[in-house]
Amino acid sequence: MIGLSEWYDLRDLGNPVHALLQWIDGWGDGSTFHWVAYIVSGLIGAAAIGLFLGVIMLFLIWLERRAVARIQIRRGPNRLGPYGLLQPLADALKLMQKEAIAPRLGDRVVYTLAPLVIFIPTLLVFAVLPFGNKMQVANINVAVLYIVAVGSATPLVVFMAGWSSSNKYALLGSMRAVAMAISYEIPMVLALLAMVLWTGHMDLNGIVHWQQEHHVWLLFLQPLALLIYFISASAELNRTPTDIAEAESEIVAGYHIEYSGMKFGLFYAVEMANALAVSALIATLFLGGWWLYGLDRWVPGYLIFLAKTLLVYNLLILTRGTLPRLRIDQLLAFAWKYLLPLALVNIVVVALEVLLWQQNGLAQEVFFPVCVVVNVALSVALIVGYSRAFDRRKIMAPRRARLVQDPLAYMPQ
Amino acid sequence: MTIRTEPFVVNIGPQHPSTHGVFRMRCVLDGETVVDADMVVGYLHRSLEKLAEERTYTQNIPFTDRMDYLSAMSGNLGYVMAVEKLAGIRVPERAQYLRVIMAELQRIANHSMAIGTFINDCGAWQTPLMWMFAEREKILDLFEMTCGARLTCNYMRIGGVAFDIPDEFIPAINSFLADFPRKIDEYEKMLLENEILIARAKGNGVITKEMAINASITGPMLRSTGVPYDIRKVDPYAVYDRFDFAIPVGENGDSYDRFLVRLAELRESHKILVQAVRDLPGGPYKVDVPLAIRPPVGEAYARVESPKGELGFYLVSDGGAAPYRFHVRSPSLINLSLLREMIVGHSVADAIVAFGSIDIVLGEVDR
Repeated sequence: MIGLSEWYDLRDLGNPVHALLQWIDGWGDGSTFHWVAYIVSGLIGAAAIGLFLGVIMLFLIWLERRAVARIQIRRGPNRLGPYGLLQPLADALKLMQKEAIAPRLGDRVVYTLAPLVIFIPTLLVFAVLPFGNKMQVANINVAVLYIVAVGSATPLVVFMAGWSSSNKYALLGSMRAVAMAISYEIPMVLALLAMVLWTGHMDLNGIVHWQQEHHVWLLFLQPLALLIYFISASAELNRTPTDIAEAESEIVAGYHIEYSGMKFGLFYAVEMANALAVSALIATLFLGGWWLYGLDRWVPGYLIFLAKTLLVYNLLILTRGTLPRLRIDQLLAFAWKYLLPLALVNIVVVALEVLLWQQNGLAQEVFFPVCVVVNVALSVALIVGYSRAFDRRKIMAPRRARLVQDPLAYMPQ
Repeated sequence: MTIRTEPFVVNIGPQHPSTHGVFRMRCVLDGETVVDADMVVGYLHRSLEKLAEERTYTQNIPFTDRMDYLSAMSGNLGYVMAVEKLAGIRVPERAQYLRVIMAELQRIANHSMAIGTFINDCGAWQTPLMWMFAEREKILDLFEMTCGARLTCNYMRIGGVAFDIPDEFIPAINSFLADFPRKIDEYEKMLLENEILIARAKGNGVITKEMAINASITGPMLRSTGVPYDIRKVDPYAVYDRFDFAIPVGENGDSYDRFLVRLAELRESHKILVQAVRDLPGGPYKVDVPLAIRPPVGEAYARVESPKGELGFYLVSDGGAAPYRFHVRSPSLINLSLLREMIVGHSVADAIVAFGSIDIVLGEVDR
């Protein structure tokens, strides 16, 4: 049974699709209907991703609301359907029925386009994610670069929304989003570069395969890169502690303040989908994607992948539920002063380690554990040393109020 | 080439998630920096002071609920004290203790709310607010047990309180008091050392001692600058002089200190409550005062330490059934007067945090 890759083997949903495509390819004399297979493969991929995102987004909204409710000692949605599972559906229905109000002074075309366009980068990212060994819509050999490139289009759309709304809050929010994106893109790319250096692959399935071959999650080899990637990627997600682009308490809703009805719903959904994309990327790059130390031979890879993704997503929910927001200058300073140097140091260390490993042909069984120890120790030392160098203890020292028993003895100077 | 920029005006409020009601800040922004700010108040003006001149002294008590609706008991207390001073009524001991218990419970409820909304303004996604609500909820249950209302209690009466406490009140408050110190420890562990909170609140909205005194700022805002001014100590009313408690003061007068002072005051209020419940005497809970009381001609000013600051009521009587003049020195409005100095030159985000740290209730600002 093991190693079965016939079309009826549903441990990898890629199998039936591949069988179907091969069958279509075989029509005629073998190459005439190549284009049909090409189009069909594209359609199946698009439909699969659309369906997957649609379903999981409804689930994620429910999950997030329930989880945050638990953090906040509330119950969360629990009326509609079992455990309130149908609540997002009802919300979506309500949003669709609402009147679409557009600002009179705004740029109508851009205003209408923005919520639709913002979906594109997110959808494109999902196209290269390996849900299973063969479950990938597009296997691009520069997938890491592609994700960075596509992801950096989002701030542009955010700015479209902010600009066309003709609202000062929206403009402030979109300016903030652009500033954030510029700053956090750099440490993020550098963290991803460390992955590429280690594995020598730029396509995501290749990175998963590398982890499978070497029997190790990159999380252990690259704790610092994971930390940097997690922080900088979640910084672009518009969730607390870095939700300065919408900053409920300051600029109300930031760039989507003027959007109502389903247009707002789209922004809301994209936020979720982006968070999901980041969690999926972390699961792929650092947690071995669909591979789980041999368990993937028995359990469908996509289930493993989904489980890991949701695990990371839960981390995002936790940070959202518990942390206050930083100010924009603090966030930008954090990116340039802390994350960027750490990422650079990390790159150097990774390059040295890879050089040592490959030039000397060291045994992986010995070298990897050493690397794990060295990298973990280095990450801790770097973070602690860095915070010491910046006088964190002095700045961050909590105070306590002084207690005065007898105010009448007090005389103003 | 330099790009020409110009400041623009943003109306923060009257409908804005962090203006705590219908306050409006007319800010002139240069990018993210506030270069000028105007306060616009009056959106919740109900002319309570004028209305009060048409009603009897007893009928005015509900108005004081609706001024600072987050600490109705303190408002009640200040007003009835002013009337009692005007009419020369002596209040029985038990009523005094009940008043202190209610006022201190109200202080805990108010400060819970203040801390929660302050951290909400810092950008936390409702979580601290909800946790603080949990404690406030228990206090509101105690109020409901006593007088049937949760928010606008209307509990104090001229010459005492409206009802004696029910039998189940003492066990309920004791279990609350037994539980509460652990909760404060929890808050301190969660909030005091939160680095994001420190980064946001330290050095934000600084006011100096001199500024605060000159602007006649009171309450936790004044104490955060290091001045230990608390009416409960400097001009004791009710039976506050019998309790052992301290006044928490800050040092720097920034938002973080204001937050610290409020957090510490929770503990001090708890201390007072424990003593008051322990010493609660028997006897009548009110003296008989005619409903349409006609105090002699004269004037009286009574002040209490409301959770927001010095809440004063100035009453002038012409011998009739209604006050000739009813004036409120509302701490919320006066504490707001330094807002411009606190936020000009800082970013919008800082302005919101500084504003949130003042702890105002618009019902009291506008009256």
